[in-house]
Amino acid sequence: MSDTIELAVTRYRPEQDTQPWEQRYTVPCSDDMSVLDALNYIKDALDPSLSHRWSCRMAICGSCGVMVNGEPKLSCKTFLRDYREAGVLEVRALDNLPVERDLVADISGVVEHIEAVKPWLIRHSEAPVDTAHSQTPAQMARYHAFSQCINCALCYAACPQFGRNPAFLGPAALTLAQRYNLDSRDEGSSERMPWLNAEEGVWSCTFVGYCSEVCPKDVDPASAINRGKVASDINYGVNLFRLLRGKGDA
Amino acid sequence: MRRSHEPISWSLFGAGGMLLAFIGPGLIASTLLLGWLVQDPQALYATLSSGLQHPLTRLATLAVIALPLYHTAHRLYHGLHDLHIKGPTWLLGGFFYGGATALSALCAFWLFTL
Ligand code: SF4
Ligand code: FES
Repeated sequence: MSDTIELAVTRYRPEQDTQPWEQRYTVPCSDDMSVLDALNYIKDALDPSLSHRWSCRMAICGSCGVMVNGEPKLSCKTFLRDYREAGVLEVRALDNLPVERDLVADISGVVEHIEAVKPWLIRHSEAPVDTAHSQTPAQMARYHAFSQCINCALCYAACPQFGRNPAFLGPAALTLAQRYNLDSRDEGSSERMPWLNAEEGVWSCTFVGYCSEVCPKDVDPASAINRGKVASDINYGVNLFRLLRGKGDA
Repeated sequence: MRRSHEPISWSLFGAGGMLLAFIGPGLIASTLLLGWLVQDPQALYATLSSGLQHPLTRLATLAVIALPLYHTAHRLYHGLHDLHIKGPTWLLGGFFYGGATALSALCAFWLFTL
């Protein structure tokens, strides 16, 4: 068992480099070391110029996503021990997104998509402060898995449709739209449906399903999008009925 | 945001897939087994074609044939996109969905002039 492992890191420093290039580092390897620990080791002991993003170290802040040997991973939830056989880990910034610097991907486009679907509870009337909007466990179960998203954007790095068309709202945004549309306390689905109904909404998805495979929180965005397709399909039918009755497009 | 008209083809795709999943294997297996199980093919033919006289049976048969056709056309059409095979939408769409429509119409014609 070797006690070191090699990391091949794709570097890109916009003020110096015209294109990305690979730099190799040898780091200690123990059973409890994550890829994030290895990157922090490089930054602290070998090369302070390396840029990478992280915060919580426990798979909850969603900021440490990188490609590890071609797969989108949270670097804090991915362990060097699983790559001992391979001998070398290729680490680069998340696919399908612009690179700001080294391993830091620019996720602002993803954040805009997420904001577009209004991922918050929309109410027409507020409940008085002394009562809560009660919800049964069954009502909560309808959306609970979809609410576990940490906005890490791994699913965007995995999605070939987003890679080809960045206007596609993509897995996490469409999942959040479903998460609130399925919440019994929410009254805002009519504001979110136009986003789902668009070509750039659920209809750009061809059910590749890789998003659900890479999601570190088992959110299953592919299932959320497909449920979104059913909702959009029904919405289309209802709208057709409205149009036939001479009412305006909803 | 402009509304997509994809729900039309997706509904046909979904309905076809559902039908195929529920009764497709049974239909294929029973058709394959017919040769062994049936003693008197002529009598079976007579039973089946008299069954097909009823408009509802005809409609059901049409659904079993047409919906899976649309299902296949839709999957192939989007499969081309996934394989990065490009072409004018009117041509590819026309070929796959038009093909499924033409074959369904032909089937309807046969069934209802039987
Ligand atoms: S759905 Fe999963 S992979 Fe996508 S952003 Fe949320 S937690 Fe990350
Ligand atoms: S550091 Fe927070 S999710 Fe990895």
